[in-house]
Amino acid sequence: MATAMIVEGVTKSFKMSNSNGLKRLTVNAVKGRHHSSTFTAVDNVSFKLDVGGSIGLMGLNGSGKSTLLKLISGVMDPDSGTVLARGKIAGLIEVGAGFHPDLTGRENIYLNGAILGMSQQEIQGKYDEILDFSEMEKYVEGTVRNYSSGMFMRLAFAVAVHTHCDIFLMDEMLAVGDQPFRRKCMKKILELKADGKTMVYVSHNAKQVVKLCDLGLVLSSGKVSFFGEASEAVKALDYDYDDEDDD
Amino acid sequence: MTATTTDREIRAMGPLQNPRTARGLRFVFKRRYLLWLLVRKEVKVRYQGSLIGLGWSYIQPLVRFCVYYFIANLIINHQTPNRALHIFSGMVIMQFFSTCLSAGSKAVIKNKSLVRKINMPREMFPVASVAVSLYNMFPMYVVLIIGEFVVGWHPDARAGLAALLAFAIVVVYGLSMAIILSAANVYVRDTANAVEVINTVLRWTAPVIYTYSTIAPKLAYHPWINQLYISNPFNAAVMLNNRAFWITSFPRTAADPDPIATGTVKELPPHLFERSLIILVAGFVLLGLAQLIFSRLEGRFADKL
Repeated sequence: MATAMIVEGVTKSFKMSNSNGLKRLTVNAVKGRHHSSTFTAVDNVSFKLDVGGSIGLMGLNGSGKSTLLKLISGVMDPDSGTVLARGKIAGLIEVGAGFHPDLTGRENIYLNGAILGMSQQEIQGKYDEILDFSEMEKYVEGTVRNYSSGMFMRLAFAVAVHTHCDIFLMDEMLAVGDQPFRRKCMKKILELKADGKTMVYVSHNAKQVVKLCDLGLVLSSGKVSFFGEASEAVKALDYDYDDEDDD
Repeated sequence: MTATTTDREIRAMGPLQNPRTARGLRFVFKRRYLLWLLVRKEVKVRYQGSLIGLGWSYIQPLVRFCVYYFIANLIINHQTPNRALHIFSGMVIMQFFSTCLSAGSKAVIKNKSLVRKINMPREMFPVASVAVSLYNMFPMYVVLIIGEFVVGWHPDARAGLAALLAFAIVVVYGLSMAIILSAANVYVRDTANAVEVINTVLRWTAPVIYTYSTIAPKLAYHPWINQLYISNPFNAAVMLNNRAFWITSFPRTAADPDPIATGTVKELPPHLFERSLIILVAGFVLLGLAQLIFSRLEGRFADKL
């Protein structure tokens, strides 16, 4: 099986600086204080994923899951290590990025679709499907400013889920929307998986990870603390199954 | 691992590569549909809820032109003809260039939600801001040309060349500066404020309100300052536009049968065209440099915003 993604020794750290402004900088220099510290969000992470494979990224808040996802999607550069991916990366991360409240639903579908990397023809081809999925036919000519947050999310999800890609990234997205819509999203995602899309899923929801992913990777303080079968990863995380609602 | 992914499909995905390779101005051009949508959004949002809408972008320069026309005729000296055309032809360039700098410097910061979330060529933002400035420049040209026909215009071939050169210079330099400043402003937020100060100075360095012939005798005492003055791309573009739209409106009289020739000698520095060509070539070098600087700084955009 061909490899879809290689993450090799990836490290990313941030400089936490609080010495902004000339005055502060001068005072610090005079007093010999260094008001910056580095914080390593992702520390020497490696994994490999086959085409059509799926991996769940888990860990507590602040363990580096989202940073790792940003490194994979290409929004951030790693300080060291390499990320290699095959094909187009898109997915349900930061849905609705680039939506403008003063544009209509239709205009936002086109703008957001183009931001996510779709061509004009692709958007036109998928337009009806997107509209149908979002159940927003009645409101699509109105400005997004007047949408409820639920309507906004439905439209944003509909565009994101219909973006053509080879690697599908998801960041904790099923936590929003009402239950029927969440079910619909889950169904669509399972369809994409059955279609052979490679998937990377960031979640706290152990049940969903087991349902969606073959592999699981647990991060703690930026380091890989477990990498293996998804069902094993969930155990390694030591989550309490009973705490979670069932979708 | 499903059977649906065939070898052919895998080949279609291409090789394993860094997801961040699709950067740079080349990819902005590749994704010009997105660029077009971003520009359209800016323009649409600007006139949102307005009754006259896009009409404002014509009314504003039109009124401005009328004001110059009357003020120039009433107050400023009558020795130089058609001062309104002089001011306005320079103003077109000045307005565009100063919005390139001010809107350009804020272009990345303004789109920080996209920069932090979506992997796309970030040059898109300064380029879009320049494209919006271009869009707003168009009505000024329309008003300028209407003014020309009202006052009386006798353009020659060199006028067309001058107008094109002025446009090319101001676009290449405006774009380069927008790209550099948009990246610099992410690291040092003072950039946008500094740009406003620079714009105020710039407004008076170019012969827009005054003519070159009034400052030339003073510059003649300082050869170096004179060189700087006439080699400044912004000044050169303004003076080229003067050549295209102002000097070509000088009235033909019995005493002066070739007003374009006498006007060029009197009102413009020598070798304006040759110098401008060099300036334009240098502008493309600057654009390459701007791309280089942007690529170097862009890596940490998502961390900084």
